[in-house]
Amino acid sequence: MLGEGILQGLMETARNFFGSYIEKDRLTTVQYPEERFELPEASRNFPFLLYDGTDPDAGLRCVSCQICEKECPPRCIHIEKSKDKKPDFVGKQQFYPAVFDIDVSVCMSCQICVEVCPFDAIRMDKVFELSTGDRFGGLLWDKHELSKSNEYYRQIHPVEAAETDERRTKEKADAQAKAIAAAAAAAAKAAAAAAAPPSDASSNGAAHPNPSKPVTQ
Amino acid sequence: MSENLLEIDPIAGQGEIMEISMGPHHPSTHGVFRMDVRLEGEQVVRLKPVFGYLHRNHEKIAEHGAYLSAIPYTDRLDYLCSMTNNWGYVLAVEKLAGLAVPERAEYIRVIVAELTRFQNHAGLVGFLLQDMGASGTPLMYAFREREKVLDLFESLSGARMMCNYMRFGGVRVDCTAAWLDDVRRLLPALPKFVDEFENLLRSNEILMARTQGTGVLSRELAINAGVTGPMLRAAGVNYDIRKVDNYGIYDRFDFRIPLGDHGDVYDRYMMRILEMRETVKILEQALRDIPEGPIMDPKVRLRGLRPKAGEAYGRIESPKGELGFFLISDGSTNPYRYRVRPPSMINLTILEDMCLGQNIADVVVTLGSVDIVLGEVDR
Repeated sequence: MLGEGILQGLMETARNFFGSYIEKDRLTTVQYPEERFELPEASRNFPFLLYDGTDPDAGLRCVSCQICEKECPPRCIHIEKSKDKKPDFVGKQQFYPAVFDIDVSVCMSCQICVEVCPFDAIRMDKVFELSTGDRFGGLLWDKHELSKSNEYYRQIHPVEAAETDERRTKEKADAQAKAIAAAAAAAAKAAAAAAAPPSDASSNGAAHPNPSKPVTQ
Repeated sequence: MSENLLEIDPIAGQGEIMEISMGPHHPSTHGVFRMDVRLEGEQVVRLKPVFGYLHRNHEKIAEHGAYLSAIPYTDRLDYLCSMTNNWGYVLAVEKLAGLAVPERAEYIRVIVAELTRFQNHAGLVGFLLQDMGASGTPLMYAFREREKVLDLFESLSGARMMCNYMRFGGVRVDCTAAWLDDVRRLLPALPKFVDEFENLLRSNEILMARTQGTGVLSRELAINAGVTGPMLRAAGVNYDIRKVDNYGIYDRFDFRIPLGDHGDVYDRYMMRILEMRETVKILEQALRDIPEGPIMDPKVRLRGLRPKAGEAYGRIESPKGELGFFLISDGSTNPYRYRVRPPSMINLTILEDMCLGQNIADVVVTLGSVDIVLGEVDR
């Protein structure tokens, strides 16, 4: 019968329409500004810079190695290296970025900067409500706008942050152990140089918990 | 213009020939695409596709960046199917550099590629029906399903459409067991959606009247023009790169290739519906067999990859057809030559042959059934 196919289709739309009053999962949209879907943990939007502790300047992890600047496909990162150095989280003297700008109107949220960063200094944010009337200045973020604390990172990407923190804690512990070992080795050397009996020096070294990695200074 | 027209129109005097520029901002052209159509009454006597409005210099940008930095740009070729685009490119780089892909990564690739195929076909049939005037309803149903797949992509890769997920030698992040369970939970909903969609429109008289016998593409022309994908199979040619090349691990899965025999718009429409069903079969098998293990070749250097001098062509069956990437390496960190073989552009070249003698309204439907994405056509 002509029109049968159309009626069959209309039945389907009617089932969807009336079904939406009964089955909640047929309602697939939400009233956006008031209600929101929760973003999944992996969700990414634009990069930000991480700092440890409370001071964004002192704790900034970036050491200005400029790998991300080189690898960024649309070249939206601009870095200027500092002249002086500041200690990083393990106490080693490192450069820091005097200027670190990201033009988020150019950024294509590809996450390659995060992948290539060897210092866990740059991560992806989840904020997306970023509209601004100032299309040049408002979308060119400098170091201060980009800096976010590690606590914030733990909030938005809990699993990833825990993993990073664990790795960094281990790195720090290793570095400290290394520093202690180095200090001990230096002390032993000094003692040896002071023409003390050699047995003294060896016992001094053996007393240390981690003598396997002596560092000459 | 005038002397050409007289040649085309031997029965001059019957009516005036009118030249219409459809697009680049016509809602039926799926992006910025223009057709210079010459009409006699409502009949098409000539159709000239004009593309290039979305040209972004993709190939040259990729030649000036490292191998890694081309991957996010491939997302933007066919912006509805970023996962399959990634796969085509990384396959070419893997051939070039001789990298192996771990088992688990191969399975993840198949899963995401088949989900991509599903959501692309769902979107396409929705748009095709929208072009025919089924305003809203089928498209919204299709997008409701597509959204579920995109949510999975977001929780896996971080982005819904610009996934940037695959890497040469594997994939970027491992999928969790919870994610695989999410896919398993979604799986029964997909055939249900196809059933619902078929119920909605399969035997609809208006749909049949508009699509059957419209935009016929003959088998010979399809082969000669290098058409691939569902369009070629709708013309009755059994050619699917998943079967022909067995790239990745497709030889392990049991699935069939649907074939049409008229090569008209209705066949192409049904081809997408049937392929969605086959996709679900592949997904079921892949989810059953996925092993544990690493997801990256440990030898691969993502940053500063320097393949030996040589050339490679990697091709995959993307939802739209044969997507190929041709790379020439001169041993440096960026490709010496990078070329994309985009399926939608090559499928578009025979648009005039399919449209001649048809009504102007059928041009819209025929174009809709080709399944083009202008990001890929213009690159």
